[in-house]
Amino acid sequence: MAAMQLLCWKNVKMSAMKKTNICTIEHSKITVDENIIFESPGETFQGFAKEAYKSLDLSYPKFHKMDQLSKLAFLSAETILKDEDHSRTAIVFANRSSSLDTDFKYQESINDQDNFYPSPAVFVYTLPNICVGEISIKHKMQTENAFFVLEEFDENFLNNYSEQILLSGKADKVLCGWVELYQENYKAFVYLLTL
Amino acid sequence: MRKEVYITDYNCVTPLGFTADANWKALLEGKSGVALHKIIDNQDAFYASMIDSDKLNDEFNRFFDSAQNDMLNFTRLEKMLLLSLRPLVEKHAPSDNTAFILSTTKGNISLLKNQSELPEGVYLSKLAQKIADFFGFTTKPIVVSNACVSGVMAIAVAKNMIQAGKYKDAFVIAGDELSEFVISGFNSFQAIGSGPCKPYDKNRDGINIGEAAAAAYVTSCHSDEGRISQNEKLRFKVLGDSAVNDANHISGPSRTGDGLYASIKNAMTEANVSSKQIDFISAHGTATLYNDEMEAIAFNRMELQNVPLNSMKGYYGHCLGASGLLESIISMESAHHNTLLPSKNFEETGVTQPLNIIRENQSAAVRYILKTASGFGGCNAAVVLEKC
Repeated sequence: MAAMQLLCWKNVKMSAMKKTNICTIEHSKITVDENIIFESPGETFQGFAKEAYKSLDLSYPKFHKMDQLSKLAFLSAETILKDEDHSRTAIVFANRSSSLDTDFKYQESINDQDNFYPSPAVFVYTLPNICVGEISIKHKMQTENAFFVLEEFDENFLNNYSEQILLSGKADKVLCGWVELYQENYKAFVYLLTL
Repeated sequence: MRKEVYITDYNCVTPLGFTADANWKALLEGKSGVALHKIIDNQDAFYASMIDSDKLNDEFNRFFDSAQNDMLNFTRLEKMLLLSLRPLVEKHAPSDNTAFILSTTKGNISLLKNQSELPEGVYLSKLAQKIADFFGFTTKPIVVSNACVSGVMAIAVAKNMIQAGKYKDAFVIAGDELSEFVISGFNSFQAIGSGPCKPYDKNRDGINIGEAAAAAYVTSCHSDEGRISQNEKLRFKVLGDSAVNDANHISGPSRTGDGLYASIKNAMTEANVSSKQIDFISAHGTATLYNDEMEAIAFNRMELQNVPLNSMKGYYGHCLGASGLLESIISMESAHHNTLLPSKNFEETGVTQPLNIIRENQSAAVRYILKTASGFGGCNAAVVLEKC
């Protein structure tokens, strides 16, 4: 009986999801489906992001107000979502460092009682899911979204979670992946999933 | 057919008590954790809901070996989390197929003060691993960090991952503590209320920040018939969930309530429950002007304006990543005791759409609960629970 119960919960339908439009951003390089679409070596992330924005011809001034994590996530999303209709595309992202890059900057503004200048424009980015909000706004995606913090990239977990969103009919596609950034260490690995 | 998923046990650690029972008793008496607290040096005190540190330490030392504690050096937040989880782990031993899901927004952010490098403890995954290791969980911890909707989402994540067949059961824990970091940030937004917060009231002028930890045990029926015995005091089915973004603004609530409306709609569709069937709404109700108004619009669009509704923020303040789970637990206590609690500090309606805001303790048979939350980044979440 116990063995049967064990089988019961493991015996789930495995539908193979399709993974398309893979974007990787690391080492000052943006790669989409194995083609390097932008490269700007020897720069800080901030400089790299600015050059990438110009090169991709994004014309979205809000980009410049974003924190570095949002810029990273935004750039990766732009290469995949383009101008297509994404009103049924969910977003499921994860990373390791949460919003610690901005947290650290915000903390510096409140460390000294005699020099105490908390800024709402910085504080709002002290949450990792803000980058998901930025992408949702750009592409008018009133869709399911989730942000996880994991010790390391766990594609199985993210895909399993995404699959549940797809199976439940709450979305037709999921923009899924890893968007990690702390200071000059960054990596985005983002892709589109469908059933 | 998809697997049925139940919450069968829960606990919480708040300024009103260190167990769910203690909290329920305090709430029935109308007690609130909100009071004036000095949180930032050289600045006036803020109204906030804070756990007394001495009481927390006493309680912690009562249950946990002090030698072990000295060795591992637990932070305040970690003590809150350990205390909330302890009784559940004792009753439902974790297996290799048990998920550990932590909901938090800022974790141990206080450790960042005056540091030039990141201390390990500020990583949310390290915090989760420390708690998981303490109780001997073997699966990789999952941290949900979706601003103020994290606690509601964490229940949904447990449900979805159990339905995916990846886990047999799950412990969902949630915690956030009061910190200079969070208070100064919300204050810079001028979002903090001048007195105890008054959700949905005409004179509301902002939030009170709070702190709490909460924990719930989530399991599926098929795999676990033996463990959900008829003797279980509690059994709530997680019927449906959704978390839809407003796609409108990263710090301001939507004027139309689109994201919350869609979240509620999706969750109720999945639950196969209509607006008429919902018996009670545990709303977000932060007491900021725009949030409460947005909620009123969304509830009206869903034709939920006549359903008894409360916000728990007048009792606990806004506990960020803990609030959604804590408030879900209190809703389940309400259903369990057939008693709805008033939305504390509400006097005169201050939203443009009608809502049935609960004014005093009232007895009611509750079968279907709707729990909602909304937060920065334009996120919203809804979950439908059924008392079984």
